[in-house]
Amino acid sequence: MKRFVAIGALAAAVIALHLLFAAAGAEYLLVQLTMAAYYALVVIGLCLLMGYAGQISLGHAAFFALGGYTAAVLSTNSFTQLMGAPALERLVHWGLVTAGTDAYGAAAHQVPVWLSLPLAVAAAAAVALVIGIPVLKLKGHYLAMATLGFGTILYRIFLGTRLFGEADGISSVRPCALLPGLTIGGDTALRTQNYYFAWALVLLAMVLSLNIVSSRAGRALRSIHGSEEAAAAMGVNTARYKLYVFILSAVFAAVGGFFMTHFNGGIGPAEAGIMKSVRYVAIVAVGGMANLWGSLLIGVLLNFLSLRGIFGSYDDAVFGALLVFIMALAPDGILRREFLHRIMRVRIRWPFSK
Amino acid sequence: MALLEVNNLCRSFGGLRAVNNVSFRVNTGTIKAVIGPNGAGKTTLFNLIAGALKPDGGSILFNGRSIYGLPPFRVAAAGISRTFQNIKLFGNMTVAENIMVGRHTRSGSGFAASMLSLPRTRREEREIAERAAELARLFGIEDVLDAGAASLDFGRQRAVEFARALASEPQLLLLDEPAAGLNIYETNELAKRIVRIRDMGITILLIEHDMSLVMDISDEIAVLSYGEKIAEGPPCNVRNNPQVIAVYLGGDVAQD
Repeated sequence: MKRFVAIGALAAAVIALHLLFAAAGAEYLLVQLTMAAYYALVVIGLCLLMGYAGQISLGHAAFFALGGYTAAVLSTNSFTQLMGAPALERLVHWGLVTAGTDAYGAAAHQVPVWLSLPLAVAAAAAVALVIGIPVLKLKGHYLAMATLGFGTILYRIFLGTRLFGEADGISSVRPCALLPGLTIGGDTALRTQNYYFAWALVLLAMVLSLNIVSSRAGRALRSIHGSEEAAAAMGVNTARYKLYVFILSAVFAAVGGFFMTHFNGGIGPAEAGIMKSVRYVAIVAVGGMANLWGSLLIGVLLNFLSLRGIFGSYDDAVFGALLVFIMALAPDGILRREFLHRIMRVRIRWPFSK
Repeated sequence: MALLEVNNLCRSFGGLRAVNNVSFRVNTGTIKAVIGPNGAGKTTLFNLIAGALKPDGGSILFNGRSIYGLPPFRVAAAGISRTFQNIKLFGNMTVAENIMVGRHTRSGSGFAASMLSLPRTRREEREIAERAAELARLFGIEDVLDAGAASLDFGRQRAVEFARALASEPQLLLLDEPAAGLNIYETNELAKRIVRIRDMGITILLIEHDMSLVMDISDEIAVLSYGEKIAEGPPCNVRNNPQVIAVYLGGDVAQD
C-alpha cells in the first residue's frame, strides 16, 4: 500500500512541477527535467544491480549509449548507400523499413519505432548477456575493473566506427511518432507531451523495480549481496539472478538512451564515456545504494542541475568529489536519519563551538 | 534406510588429500555426527556434500539419486539445507527477510512474476511471510522479526540461521559446528533444539567439536583423521575405540 502512495506522490509531483513551471513562465525547464528522467532510468536499473544485488558496474553508460546509437542508426541516413538495392526494397515491402525524408527533405529510409525500440532493447540485452556471463563471476574490485574495461571498449567502438559517426556522433535524428498525438522529439511544441512521456517511463520503471525488491526475486538479489555462499545454500541460483538483474538494468538504460536520442535529435560518444558511468555510480551511492527512491531523487536533482550548467566546467569534478565525499562520510547515502542528524548538529554547534 | 550415502569420496588441494576415500551413510530420522581433530577434513566433507566444493571422485547419493558435483542451489532444491561454521546471515536484511530467503526453494515466483506482482505472487508472498513468522516463534525470535539481522547477539544470530535453514523444510539438515562460540547454557539449549528438529522428522548430519554434545545427542558418529574415516558407530563404541582415543589424546595406542 505504501508503494502506491509513494508512486501516486511522484505522479502528483510531476504534474505539480509542470504547473509550477508553466505558471512561472519557465516551461523551458521541462526540457532538462525530461532529459533527467531518461538518465533516471539508468540510475533505477543501476540501483537494482548495485544497491540491491551488490554488483558494481562501471560501464553502464555504454548501455545507455547502445540504446541511443541503435535509435540513431536506424532512423538516420544509414540506408542511403543501400538505396535501390533489392534487399532494401524487400525490407520496405515487408514494412520493416519505411521510405521517407531526412531532416533536409532528401529521400531517406528509416526503421519504424515498433521495430527499432525492440531492436535497441534486444541489442542491450544481448550485449549484457554476452558480457554478463563471464564478468559476473568476478567479485568486488575485479568486477569493477572488468565492467570498466567493457565500458571503455564500447566507448572506443562508438568513437571509432563510421556507422556511429566517430567523434561527431550522429545528429539530425528524426523525431519518432510513437502514437497518434505522441511524438518523441525536441520541438518546442512537443515539450509537454515529451515531459509526461519520459516521466511515465520513470513511473513504470519504479513500479516494476519496487515490485521486484519487495518480492521473492528481490530477496534473492539482496541475499546475494549479503552472502553469495549462503544465498546459494538456500537454493538461490546466484549466477542466474545476477545475470537477470544485469540484463534488466541494461535494458532500462537502453530504453532511456533510445528516447533521449530521439528527444535530443542526436547522440555522441561522450554518452558512453567513463565519466558518465562514474556519474551513475556516484548518484546511486549518494542516494543510499539499496534505496530506489533516494537514487531517483538524487539522480534527477543532480542531473537537472548538471544539465542546467550549474556546475560549469567542473561538472565531472563535482560528481567525482561527491563519490569521495560519500565514501568517506556517509557510505549509506545522505538520505539517512543518522547522517542528517549529524549534519544538523554540526551546523547548530559550529558557530558556538570555539 | 539410508537417506544419504557417501561412497569413496575424495578431494585434494594440491598434494593434500583433504578427504580421502570416505564412505558413510546417514539413516533417515537419525542424528549423525562427524568428529575429528582440526584439519581432519570435516568442513571439506560438508562442502562436498553441499556442493560448495567439487569432489575429485566417489559418489554421493541422496534419496537414491546422485547429487555428486551438483551446484549448491541444486543440492538445496533436492532437500538438503545447512548452517555455517561462521554464521553467514544476510546482514543487509531483516530477520524476517533472512528466514524468508530460506523459503526460496519452496516457492516459485520468478523475476517476471515478481516484477509484475501477479495475484499468484502476492498470495505466495503472504504464505512465505506467515511461514517465516511461524519459524521465528519456534526459535523464540518472533520479537526481533523486523530487526536487522546483523544487529542481533550471537546466540540469536544462530537461531536465525537455524530458522532460515528449516524454512525450506529440508529432509537433511547439515550443521557445521553449531555449538561454536556458545556457552554451556546455550549449548544445552542447542542440544534440545537439535533433538526437537530430529523429532520433527528431519535427519541431521553435524560436525562438532563439543564432545559432550556429540555423545549426548548423536545416534551414530563417524570419526575423521587426516581425511580418512578411522571409526564409525554408536557413541559408546566410538568413545572406547583405541584409534579414536589416540587421535584425540595423542600416543601410539593405535599401533597394535
